[in-house]
Amino acid sequence: MKPGYEQIYKRPETLLPKRMHYCPGCFHSTIHKIIMEIVEEWDIQDKVIGVCPVGCSVFAYDYLDIDMQEAAHGRAAAVATGIKRMLPDKIVFSYQGDGDLAAIGTAETIHACNRGENFTFIFINNGIYGMTGGQMAPTTLEGQKTTTSPYGREPATTGMPIKMSELVSQLISVAYVERVSCNTPANTRKAKRAIEKAFKIQMKGLGTTFIEVVSNCPSNWKCTPEESLEWIKEKALPYFPLGVFKEPAKEEVE
Amino acid sequence: MAETRFMKGNEALGEAAIRAGLQGYFGYPITPQSEVVEYLALQEPNHNYVLIQAESELAAVNMVYGAAAAGARVMTTTSSPGFSLMQEGISYIACSELPCVFANIVRGGPGLGTIQPSQSDYFQATKGGGHGDYHLIVLGPNSVQETVDHIYLAFELADKYRSPVMLLSDGAIGQMMEKVVLPDPIEYKPDKPWATTGKTPDRERNIITSLFIQAEIMEQRNLKLQEKFKKITENEVRYEEYKLDDVEYIIVSFGLCSRISKKVVDQARESGIKMGLFRPITLWPFPTKPIEELASINSVKCFISVEMNAGQMVEDVKLSVNGKKPVYFYGRTGGIVPTPDEIINHIKENLL
Repeated sequence: MKPGYEQIYKRPETLLPKRMHYCPGCFHSTIHKIIMEIVEEWDIQDKVIGVCPVGCSVFAYDYLDIDMQEAAHGRAAAVATGIKRMLPDKIVFSYQGDGDLAAIGTAETIHACNRGENFTFIFINNGIYGMTGGQMAPTTLEGQKTTTSPYGREPATTGMPIKMSELVSQLISVAYVERVSCNTPANTRKAKRAIEKAFKIQMKGLGTTFIEVVSNCPSNWKCTPEESLEWIKEKALPYFPLGVFKEPAKEEVE
Repeated sequence: MAETRFMKGNEALGEAAIRAGLQGYFGYPITPQSEVVEYLALQEPNHNYVLIQAESELAAVNMVYGAAAAGARVMTTTSSPGFSLMQEGISYIACSELPCVFANIVRGGPGLGTIQPSQSDYFQATKGGGHGDYHLIVLGPNSVQETVDHIYLAFELADKYRSPVMLLSDGAIGQMMEKVVLPDPIEYKPDKPWATTGKTPDRERNIITSLFIQAEIMEQRNLKLQEKFKKITENEVRYEEYKLDDVEYIIVSFGLCSRISKKVVDQARESGIKMGLFRPITLWPFPTKPIEELASINSVKCFISVEMNAGQMVEDVKLSVNGKKPVYFYGRTGGIVPTPDEIINHIKENLL
């Protein structure tokens, strides 16, 4: 570094210096980064075990320098349950998209939450199936065009987008539910704080922690990254409002 | 301490797993297997294992995946429809090379079928079951005692080969009570440097996956698995021979059917028919060579595969005999257990 310069920002060492397969503008890389910042800042590389889903983030283990398992489509919550029950002192998280968590894996999601499994769900909700090429997800917005809803999602035949945070916060054994986004720097900071809080609650053994990240998909939304931020603000967030849906009392967490 | 008890097969299975060092059990109730879950739930406070009654067999098998990949000694048990549901997970487990134990307390199918004992899941157990090229080591116990012994063996083989191992039992063996000698408990200490237990500075991160998107790499994984299956086939074939000296008619039977067939052999011998029994104990790897050698004996006239299904193992018997002698089949389906008399009458009327 040149004299007189001070480094104020860097990639965390726990995020491997690899070229990611994610599309330009996609939030996955941002969310990977904030998780790995926490791992580095807290010095918990030996304590964290992650579970990858099937979806765009199926290769997350290529980038995150921690022990990880790859789950079958929709089964990440069951896999995370198996890990956490065997290694209760570790911090376990599942990283899942909307198809994985809220369609094919709904039963595993609900029942892991209902048992109060002490791991953290990191739920990436971008309202579309990214990896398979832009099909309708359970969280696709009303009227939103996808390759399997080419005329726009029709609620009369496909229902309304499922609100997972609202749904799981009804379950008694769930400790903490917050919906965040990474559409602005401020929101990204809030997202990081939410994941930190979830890990803290997990370490206290208070119950299931569930962080929903309202995310984007410029490639399959057929727009620029910048336009995808507009879509989140104008269309997604009014239906999927950000905020805390459930949390333990402050004195329980600290 | 080893002790003798009078126990139901399913309960003995659970007790054997506890004594073999079980650390995690994930299951879902289904007849005629539910006593395993119930027994383990009852005994849980006295031991250190974790038990979860999962929301489905899909969840159960994936809990097994996660826990096995975390390095623990884990098991699930089910019956036929439940075993079908587990196949996706077993395929992932086989490819990721995770040691764990399954037991299928088979009931008659297809479909929802019946709750009576059957051997109609032989194909599913021995030919793979899920998608892709793989095998499980498959043990076919024929008594409550052997159920217990096979659980110990299954855990041992699972660790030795980093492979899923299964017991192909049935509703009768699971439900009947017999005298059983329970072996000494094992103090299990896992030695699994590949497990996801948290990355420490002295090693690279451990990744458990069955995803190898480049065809060349996926082929390498397949070749590695095939190499392992070859080694298992060379080293782990187990079988039992009964009254095969001077034999002319050889019954081939496994599991419950082998006990009925023993009676058939005894009755045949009493009436002067030179009959014997060959019982595969490992259903995969199948005892191909010993059967091939028997087929080469001049005095042997034919083989009769007796099964509680419409004719499944008979295909492996035919492959082993390889045209040297005729191979016949007798079986009952849908949960019917054949009697010794009907088997011997069938043989007398059709084959002698």
